[in-house]
Amino acid sequence: MTRGILSYGAYIPALRIDRAAIAAANAWAFPSVRAKGARALANWDEDTVTMSVEAARGVSPSGIGALIFASTTPPYADLQNATLVTSALGLPIETATTDTAGSLRAGTAALLAALHTTEPASTLVTAADARRAKPGSAQELSYGAGAVAFSIGEGPVIAKLLATASRAEQFVDHYRQTGEKYDYYWEERWVRDEGYAKIIPPAIKAALEKAGVKPAEIAHFILPAMQQAVPAAIAKSCGIPAESIADNLAANCGDTGAAHGLLMLAAALEKAKPGDKLLLVTFGAGTDVLVFEATGAISNYKPTRGVAQTLAAGRIEPHYTKLLSFHGELNLDWGMRSEGSEKIPLTQQYRARGQLATFNGGKCPDCGAINFPQLASCVNCGSFAPLAQVSLVDEPAQVASYTADWLQYSPAPPLYFGLVQFDNGCRVMMEMVDVDPKQLEVGTRLRMLYRIKSLDSERHYARYFWKATPIQGA
Amino acid sequence: MATGIKDKVAIIGMGCTKFGERWDMGTEHLLVEAFREALEDAGIDRKQIEAAWYGSALDSVNVGNSSIPAAMALRLEGIPVTRVENMCATGTEALRGAAYAVASGAVDIALAIGAEKLKDTGYGGLPVPYKGSLNGMWMPMGSAPAGFAQLASSYRAKYGIEKQDLKTAIGRVSYKSHKNGVKNPKAHIRKEVSMEEILRAPIIAEPLGLFDCCGVSDGAAAAIVTTPEIAHALGKMNPVTIKSIQLSVSAGRESGTGQWDGSYVPNTRNAAKKAYHEAGIQNPREQLSMIEVHDCFSITELVTMEDLGISPDGGAVKDVLDGFYDADGGVPCQIDGGLKCFGHPVGASGLRMAYENYLQLLGRAGARQLPDTRFGLSHNLGGVPFNGVAAVTVYGRERD
Repeated sequence: MTRGILSYGAYIPALRIDRAAIAAANAWAFPSVRAKGARALANWDEDTVTMSVEAARGVSPSGIGALIFASTTPPYADLQNATLVTSALGLPIETATTDTAGSLRAGTAALLAALHTTEPASTLVTAADARRAKPGSAQELSYGAGAVAFSIGEGPVIAKLLATASRAEQFVDHYRQTGEKYDYYWEERWVRDEGYAKIIPPAIKAALEKAGVKPAEIAHFILPAMQQAVPAAIAKSCGIPAESIADNLAANCGDTGAAHGLLMLAAALEKAKPGDKLLLVTFGAGTDVLVFEATGAISNYKPTRGVAQTLAAGRIEPHYTKLLSFHGELNLDWGMRSEGSEKIPLTQQYRARGQLATFNGGKCPDCGAINFPQLASCVNCGSFAPLAQVSLVDEPAQVASYTADWLQYSPAPPLYFGLVQFDNGCRVMMEMVDVDPKQLEVGTRLRMLYRIKSLDSERHYARYFWKATPIQGA
Repeated sequence: MATGIKDKVAIIGMGCTKFGERWDMGTEHLLVEAFREALEDAGIDRKQIEAAWYGSALDSVNVGNSSIPAAMALRLEGIPVTRVENMCATGTEALRGAAYAVASGAVDIALAIGAEKLKDTGYGGLPVPYKGSLNGMWMPMGSAPAGFAQLASSYRAKYGIEKQDLKTAIGRVSYKSHKNGVKNPKAHIRKEVSMEEILRAPIIAEPLGLFDCCGVSDGAAAAIVTTPEIAHALGKMNPVTIKSIQLSVSAGRESGTGQWDGSYVPNTRNAAKKAYHEAGIQNPREQLSMIEVHDCFSITELVTMEDLGISPDGGAVKDVLDGFYDADGGVPCQIDGGLKCFGHPVGASGLRMAYENYLQLLGRAGARQLPDTRFGLSHNLGGVPFNGVAAVTVYGRERD
């Protein structure tokens, strides 16, 4: 049976930095830079793990036997990021987990592995990036942040794989050595003419021949490149219709690195009709080419976390220095309150992993109260009976009390927090993020997000927990 | 059947340092300053003290943990000294330990002493909290004002009060305390402020502005307690006695279930109910001559007026604006300036509240002396409204 795409989910951070604000702040040095639109910025408590979790919550968890996490900016070099995502999603402990990295083709590499496996179970592929760029660089303007997830397997696929082709080529258009913050780029014209234009077309030709698809049949040509001229030139040289070129999401998101081709594929699937041929091409030390065909199932498929939805959910952030501060380029004086140690006992973290990763409350078998945190005796009736595990991740909730704390240190003040009342009766004091101050009131409906709880900058450890965010328009 | 401690314990001597930025001395010296005043007031010798309870909440900015530093500072040789800690209610916890020792007959004379040295942190506000290894994994580590500010959102929601109206009412709470503090020579802050200044101050934790938050101070306070009989023998014929001390601690219901609307402090209600019962107070609004409450933040004082059963539920705003809690009002509150202006050296604050009650009941409060004082109350909170400690103590003269 042919494997294909069963479902997908996307996540783009709500923070969008106005590119004009970046250009204006640096205009004293680079007066000729013109910039329009906005780029997504991962909040201080978002990384490729948290974004991957948010995207993956849009795919059905049933039947998943493996998870591949793809990113060139994983939080950990040694501590499997795929496992962090698997745990937060509450996937079974038997899940086979893998990280892929090392290239902007990491996302398609994961997709290829998931499509070509002989295992019958579905594979969840997540791809995410939040690359940093030198202040004032072209990349600072063009990079965004985001994640996408695909469930790949057999069954009622919305897009089936027709053929693939790959090329491994030592063409160094850019690189980033391990431990370095920034990419180093060679001249755009050379990359365009000697790289994209010469390496990609033969691979496209090979893949289309294998698929038995003519270039003119391509309805969605997906090539993530921030240089608008690149996909146009390749489409022309390959005979692919110009109108099939997929939008590169530059206007309101920016380049999401290893995730970008997959994110654009998800956006294309949102528009695709049954029978549409989709051509996905990624580039980085060679190229990966994948040819898909949308099936009849796509007509009835409605993503719960689609690209259009997450693109639209942004808020324009006018303060460029927020980006600089989040990225460690600007060391603001946060005062002595920021000096506290964030060292945490890994023993305790492990004991409480169900509560911390999967946000499990404990249901009392005697009175039914949902306890969080789970102590050894029920908060409501005092019973010592073992609690049954109930995830609060998707449980509806609302604000019971709140404040905006301007005193306590937060990397993005104020620190919003308050009592969160879940509809199932559980109550938890929680941090609230991505808050529109005008929207927050007792009774405001909330949903849960997986985020970084704190960063230990001395021991270089990010730990995660769930936070609440107001539901827009609720 | 337990009978409580009403009139079983007399306070025969008290001491309290000037609160404030005591750059001049450390915790050991603050302890001694309060202790010597209490000894002199009691008219006893240090060697007559048979047991001591020492309260300090934050060992990291004091003299360290255990009772040893207090025993060293006061040179309490060869007697039991216990260190207690119950967050900002630590001072009352020290008094409770000493009072129970006397009431039980275990000792004749006991000392309660509390101190805090907060101005050695290098920054304003209380030190960054530590909430334990499991709680630290999930609980937001908000500041103290942010913990109490939660009350405001829920109180507004419950009674349908506009943001600005509640802001004005809590501002009026602080306005009154500033006025009172001027007359107290030991107060940290002795300065009147206008309502306008209060309302336009920078926001610390919404809706609390700078003047909605109490001072963070250095200081110490002490009480020497004994039986009424020994008090008589020392020439104190109608001493101040403890009518009741009650404590209530959160067990998770407020923060872990939907059974609390967030607009009041359940611990205060529990402790007050038991304290009134133990003391025989039926109608606090009529019977109490004065109250010293835990006004760490103005919103706390406002809801406490209802939690203590002095204002009806939802009626504190009106009482506050009507001046019911002013120095010349029905039940003067924070006649010494309260935490707001006397200051809040955490481990000493419960004993500082006792000190003001003691002075007022004995007619020794100087320029701020209230007329006809009969029953006084102190209310000492620890932690935050959703996870905390409340202690309520009622004081009177032995013959009342």
